[in-house]
Amino acid sequence: MRLAVIGAGAVGSSVVELAADYGHTVTAYADSQSAAIDAGGIDVDAAFDRKQADGIVGDDDPAAAVEGPYDVLVEATPTTLGDAQPGFGHVETALETDRHVVLANKGPVAERYADVRALERDSAGSVLFEATVGGAMPVLSTIADFDPEQITAVRGVLNGTANFILSRMGAEGLGYEHVLAEAQDMGVAEADPTFDVDGTDAALKGAIVANVLSDGGNEYTLADADVEGIQDIEGSALELAAEDGHTVRLIVEVVDGEVRVGPRLVPEHAPLAPTGTRNIVQLETEHAGRLNISGRGAGGPETASAVLADVGRL
Amino acid sequence: MSDSTDEVRSYTVRLELVDKPGALLDALDPIASNGGNLLSIFHERGNLTPRGQIPVEVDLEATPERFEGIVEALHEAGINVIQAGAERYSEAITVVLSGHLIKTDLSDTVSRIQEATNATVTDLSLSAPEGTEAESEEPSSARIRLATEQNATQAVIDTIREVAEDKSLRVIEPLGPGGDL
Repeated sequence: MRLAVIGAGAVGSSVVELAADYGHTVTAYADSQSAAIDAGGIDVDAAFDRKQADGIVGDDDPAAAVEGPYDVLVEATPTTLGDAQPGFGHVETALETDRHVVLANKGPVAERYADVRALERDSAGSVLFEATVGGAMPVLSTIADFDPEQITAVRGVLNGTANFILSRMGAEGLGYEHVLAEAQDMGVAEADPTFDVDGTDAALKGAIVANVLSDGGNEYTLADADVEGIQDIEGSALELAAEDGHTVRLIVEVVDGEVRVGPRLVPEHAPLAPTGTRNIVQLETEHAGRLNISGRGAGGPETASAVLADVGRL
Repeated sequence: MSDSTDEVRSYTVRLELVDKPGALLDALDPIASNGGNLLSIFHERGNLTPRGQIPVEVDLEATPERFEGIVEALHEAGINVIQAGAERYSEAITVVLSGHLIKTDLSDTVSRIQEATNATVTDLSLSAPEGTEAESEEPSSARIRLATEQNATQAVIDTIREVAEDKSLRVIEPLGPGGDL
């Protein structure tokens, strides 16, 4: 397949780097300012060198990359809320010209799911978005394989930064601010960790799962989720939980058409209490009990592997 | 709710004990030796009943059949059983509250939760790093364990949320009924 990769962050650049390993050719690569386009396949190393040296990936126009020669548009620009632009516009252009879309950007499917599906219905192209929930973990494809109707609840830890903070606080008895600063030093938390610690990132993933489960029924957005973050959670709360064999985790819960994100008490050794940045999703099935999927929920190559798995499914 | 007789349930038994060494142990023996699983014992040593005895509240788990045997054995041992199994608590809920627990009157918080629901607080642990002075500006946390009737857990949690919101406290709820997920 010929891929147009839009977005040159950790995920976009990893997709470009790994595409050849999966038998695909990158014919367009764009960041917000520039693009490299070549119908025969771009020079990947040259694009990375230009990005490193000059901050641009090539001399072409990023708008032309979205229009350009490709079979699959990989949308890996940063997630935006509300109208989900510019990501949504890229999805629109690709589908209107009957090409496929693989999303790493959560915005279009978390905030405008019905619009995306409507565009897809009128297009010969399809939209897949495994990478938007749980990074490398095959969450959405497992739900699709099981049939959304057979899934009665989905619960999970879907934000590695929040999980790192809570598990460090619990294990070391350290305060929130201290552990957050440590996480920033280690690169586990971003300089502005707001969306990770206030529950927004986890809630977007919950909304996407709810959209998939409702299978074209109700549409969910961030506004439909009941969200509470972990900011300034008391160290003493984790201590008391531990005395009772429990711990606290930021849990996303999608049950009975409700999306809820918040710190919850879970048994210390339960599957839903992973440590560090690890993610887990627990599917409750109609006939097969609980199914746990755990792994790395973020990271460039990890998320890129989910993107490329989607490309393989097309 | 299942009517099965082999299902283990939680019971609360109120006893009156004479104030002499070994009385508590004598009262617990018929429970343990008849298949009851002791959950908690609330021994109000400072209080006396109108008859001058010490009230003790025991929470235990047993099947309904075994529970009858336990009450019978207590009677046979000459222990005064005031109330047995009148309230059948079968769900335990644990929540953690954080914030200005002391300043917002923790005992009032607990009474409001108990009064608005049929739940009973069976355990309370307080962690107040800066002490329990009423004027303390430092936030503290409390872990509260409640016993409630089956199918009433959601109502109890809703009440806790309301009371907590009223007092600007943070509630960390268990995941799933009984928090056993």
